[in-house]
Amino acid sequence: MIPAKFDYIKASSVQEAIGLLDEHGFDAKIVSGGHSLIPAMKLRLSRPEVLIDISGISGMNTITEEGNEIVIGASCTHADIVKSDLVNAKLNMLAQTAKCIGDIQVRNRGTIGGSLAHADPSADYPATVLACDATIVVEGKEGSRSIAATDFFLGIFTTALAEDELITAIRFPKVTTGNYQKFFQSASRFAVVGVAVVKEGDAVKVGVTGVSDTPYRATAVENAYAAEGSKAAEHATDGVEVMSDHFADEEYRTHLAKVFVKKALEA
Amino acid sequence: METFIGKSIKRREDDRFLKGAGRYTDDIKLKGMTHSAFVRSPYAHANIISIDVSEAQNMEGVVAVFTGNDACGAFGVPCGWQVDFKNGETMREPLHPLLAKDVIRHVGEAVAIVIAETQELARDAAELVKVKYKGLPAVTDPKKAMEAGAPKVHDQWPDNAAFDWCIGNDRAAVEAALANAHHVTEMEYKNHRVAPNAIEPRSYIASYDVNVDKYTLYTSTQNPHLIRLLLCAFALGIPEHKVRIVSYDVGGGFGSKIYHYTEEALLTWASKEIGRPIKWTSDRSEAFLTDAHGRDHVVHSKMGFDKEGKIVAHLTDEYCALGAYLSTFAPAVPTYLHGTLFQGVYTTPLIHLNVVAPFTHTVAVDAYRGAGRPEATYLLERMLSKAAKEMNMDPAELRFKNFIPPFDGVTQPGFQTQVALQYDSGNYEGVLKRGLEMLGYEDFRKEQAEARKNGKLLGVGISTYIEGCGIAPSAVVGALGARAGLYEVGHVRVQPTGKVSVFTGAHSHGQGHETVFAQFVADKLGIAMDDVDIVHGDTDQVAFGMGTYGSRSLSVGGSAIIKSIDKILEKGAKIAAHKLEAAEEDLVYAEGKWTVKGTDKSISFGDVSLTAYVPHDYPEGLEPGLDFSSFYDPSNFTYPFGTHIAVVEVCADTGKVTLQRFVACDDVGNVMNPMIVDGQIHGGVVQGVGQALLEEVVYDDEGQMITGSYMDYAMPRADDIPMIETDRTVTPCPHNPLGVKGAGEAGAIGSTPAVVNAVVDALAHLGVTDIQMPVTPQRVWKAMQN
Amino acid sequence: MQITMKINGQTYSHDVEPRISLAQYLRETVDLTGTHIGCDTSGCGACTVHVDGAAVKSCTLLAVQVNGSEITTIEGMANGSELHPIQEGFKEHHGLQCGFCTPGMVMTAADILKNNPNPSEAEIREGLEGNFCRCTGYHNIVKSIQHAAEKLNA
Repeated sequence: MIPAKFDYIKASSVQEAIGLLDEHGFDAKIVSGGHSLIPAMKLRLSRPEVLIDISGISGMNTITEEGNEIVIGASCTHADIVKSDLVNAKLNMLAQTAKCIGDIQVRNRGTIGGSLAHADPSADYPATVLACDATIVVEGKEGSRSIAATDFFLGIFTTALAEDELITAIRFPKVTTGNYQKFFQSASRFAVVGVAVVKEGDAVKVGVTGVSDTPYRATAVENAYAAEGSKAAEHATDGVEVMSDHFADEEYRTHLAKVFVKKALEA
Repeated sequence: METFIGKSIKRREDDRFLKGAGRYTDDIKLKGMTHSAFVRSPYAHANIISIDVSEAQNMEGVVAVFTGNDACGAFGVPCGWQVDFKNGETMREPLHPLLAKDVIRHVGEAVAIVIAETQELARDAAELVKVKYKGLPAVTDPKKAMEAGAPKVHDQWPDNAAFDWCIGNDRAAVEAALANAHHVTEMEYKNHRVAPNAIEPRSYIASYDVNVDKYTLYTSTQNPHLIRLLLCAFALGIPEHKVRIVSYDVGGGFGSKIYHYTEEALLTWASKEIGRPIKWTSDRSEAFLTDAHGRDHVVHSKMGFDKEGKIVAHLTDEYCALGAYLSTFAPAVPTYLHGTLFQGVYTTPLIHLNVVAPFTHTVAVDAYRGAGRPEATYLLERMLSKAAKEMNMDPAELRFKNFIPPFDGVTQPGFQTQVALQYDSGNYEGVLKRGLEMLGYEDFRKEQAEARKNGKLLGVGISTYIEGCGIAPSAVVGALGARAGLYEVGHVRVQPTGKVSVFTGAHSHGQGHETVFAQFVADKLGIAMDDVDIVHGDTDQVAFGMGTYGSRSLSVGGSAIIKSIDKILEKGAKIAAHKLEAAEEDLVYAEGKWTVKGTDKSISFGDVSLTAYVPHDYPEGLEPGLDFSSFYDPSNFTYPFGTHIAVVEVCADTGKVTLQRFVACDDVGNVMNPMIVDGQIHGGVVQGVGQALLEEVVYDDEGQMITGSYMDYAMPRADDIPMIETDRTVTPCPHNPLGVKGAGEAGAIGSTPAVVNAVVDALAHLGVTDIQMPVTPQRVWKAMQN
Repeated sequence: MQITMKINGQTYSHDVEPRISLAQYLRETVDLTGTHIGCDTSGCGACTVHVDGAAVKSCTLLAVQVNGSEITTIEGMANGSELHPIQEGFKEHHGLQCGFCTPGMVMTAADILKNNPNPSEAEIREGLEGNFCRCTGYHNIVKSIQHAAEKLNA
């Protein structure tokens, strides 16, 4: 499998990358680890004419502590996150989430920014990003803006990123009372259901991926939690259109969503 | 003197593989080599309205584009086995064209080949070939294919059946016995379709040398000589002596690389047309769509028991998919490789199997590790366990009640089955006893009862299998419809210095022949293993051969080599007698030398070898040289058997099955290299477990494959599997010189029903009696809800 | 595009099309055919090599993306005729049959052991989740890596 022809440009700064995006519009794609994009290009399902490699831009692969936040550069690989002492100490559910992605080789190469921008409905990060109320920092021609996680995911492979924007970082509040629980699809090992829960006193925030074509905050669970405790998991798919495929039809996936929300609430 | 048989000698082939120096087909580059890509149908069933290749043809770097409208359109690949209708009608056998011309019959069928200077250009140009299709309704399920009004795969026949065949006792007698049985167990299920998935995709390089008028085809095949025969005599009609087939290292086969594929013939034809070598290597996506699949039987079965639990009769009806065209061995798989094992290891007096085998709008189904025997074993072993539960008996006890008693095939005769075959030797209760002991069966049952009280779902599943291997006596398979003999060739060339080159028609694609064959050759000749070289995979070096499949390499291929060694020792004795001035009958051969009995007068193998090639002082009338080739045609199949036991835990919340333990006690006859036999069992077991738990090829109603990549086809991974606990009993095969039975397929045959039996056992107290394979979390969870 | 990288200690420089994967580049341009391609979707792991010391799937990486990197392939593991302890483990424990997945297995094993010199059986199995083997049932691969771990820790 070989992609269709394209030009490759290694950007040395965010500004250069944005300029190139602006210049080439729909014909251009950003690549960092490439683990979402390159397989699609090999199958010729994605055919960018220009590939802008942002993996060499300095400052985008750092993990830092800024006040109450942990800031993850968009080019950080899943392995960077798994191995980060800072993440393990102050945002361990993100390390837990990253560890569930792919395999050693994929984690060594795939990036958090790439995964979020790709917005696969069965990807792992979205649940955690949502439950943590993280902020996606993006930069475009018009400058920098921050998008709340709840506003970021718009649909299957669709995000709030504008055509000329790229993700530069993800800002997470420090969370040590959260966890991520996943039921693996047996072939791809993507999430059939992935649930992230953050507990804040009597309140919970619940992010769910894999269940619907858009990852979501299970607000029905969150609202019922104070009264019902982990039984609130029964509301895991309230108001949600549940996906169905060969591995999990609507009935089974709905059941799994409840099981894994419960598991995450009780963890 | 060091001997080698029965020892776990480390493999001599390993260093090259471990250093990345294997010679797989795609590693080969020839001078002037072009690359190719196929245009494949996105439809399962369609009429081709038009094909426009002009844009592709005019692209820079494109060497040629061929379609079914070119001369190659007249050629097709043959089927090697004919199974006729039970009413006498001849098997329906369509042309399997190298390129589809008018009608598409499965997704992925090739419409055009594009040949270009590079792989990239070939793929780019393939996208420029414009094909107009008119989509038609498709049928992919074998039972639905036989329903009235089903879409027809081939218009020339009134229905989709390629044949309707039966085996065993008279159907009416079996039905009568079932009607009178104390208990009847019944099952309806699908032994679903799986994809072999050798990790090396198929790869071919065809080259035609005009100066010597000779073709060379490098191919990832399990049987180079068979490919040459099929390619020359049937596909292209080219002279066999002008074709060389080379398959050095092959990255796994599991059956899928036995068959003569259309791409092999097409590349060979095209290489002469363009006068340059052409390479094609399959993508994994193409492999899912075009490699022959395995299984795909829809089964309805009844088994009757008397009040003691003895089986009185067994009746089964099956619909077995063949795919759109008949692959090389396809008709044999659901018939002679399947029905002939319906006796199992039991004394069942009355057996009848009817098989309707339709064409379907899918890629072909052919032999996949075990080939027909896993399907037979799955049926028998699920039935036995289901029956035991229904009759409130222990599944091991029910098996012990029904076993054929032990027989060695030497002092006791072989066992004549109701389904054509005669078993060679067996001790079926022995492997079950040992298997139960390895597991600690009684303790497990206690543990299971305890666990159940705590809501933990543990299950144990037993399977006691037999298989027919060492395919095969030519006269027998000929009578059963094979269009080839199935002997093997072993050529032993003693070099003048006493070093030995062995040329075998068997082919190693992971089995370790280079090591194992050298072990017994060295022992038989009393020389060092380092003095023995094993050559395979090149028709210009190896005189003839039938290849490796059906666990036949050692029992058939090894025996052919032994025959040649016998001839060498016989001739060597004449030379030795002459040199030692003794009578031949006074000589003994041991430890690499001939010695005159009762004396210290001897001559070494090396000295005799040199004499044979420098025959100055030499027996009168004896030809020089020490070089023999032999054909070995076995007198019977071999019949390995064993017990596999699985222990599973089912997650009550999700239905996910975890395989906790897997115990395998196999009897493969004598063992040349225990390390390699264990490795074969491990691999086979995991393939069988894969079918039970994970793997499934799914076509939708339009004939689209929805499991066409590793994103959707679940392969067993390291963390899906526990360590495999193995042991053996040894019941030698009485009819071949090494006493071996074959170990390649055993693991895949015994394991699948053991796992499903265990899952059903774990859920039995919830009223679950059967679950369709693969027992995915979703299926298990749903079974628990009902 | 002109790229330069150090492969198994030797520097290579070539003009390549951007769409060529690292796996293809290694196999076809540099003639290091020990790195195998078994799938299209980063599933099977036969193409695993090390880029700057980390195991990656070279079929899902463009050669141009690793311009300037240090690459180790299976051909760079042995020291002449002396096998690397991981390779030795595979030979000792029959951790390979057809040999096709083996280079990827060895390279992944090296990454596992680099980050976790004393892995449990479960950790080895988990570490191999990105590598398919169809021959061995993984049993002997696990034992091979255990052997290598012992040897490397000795």
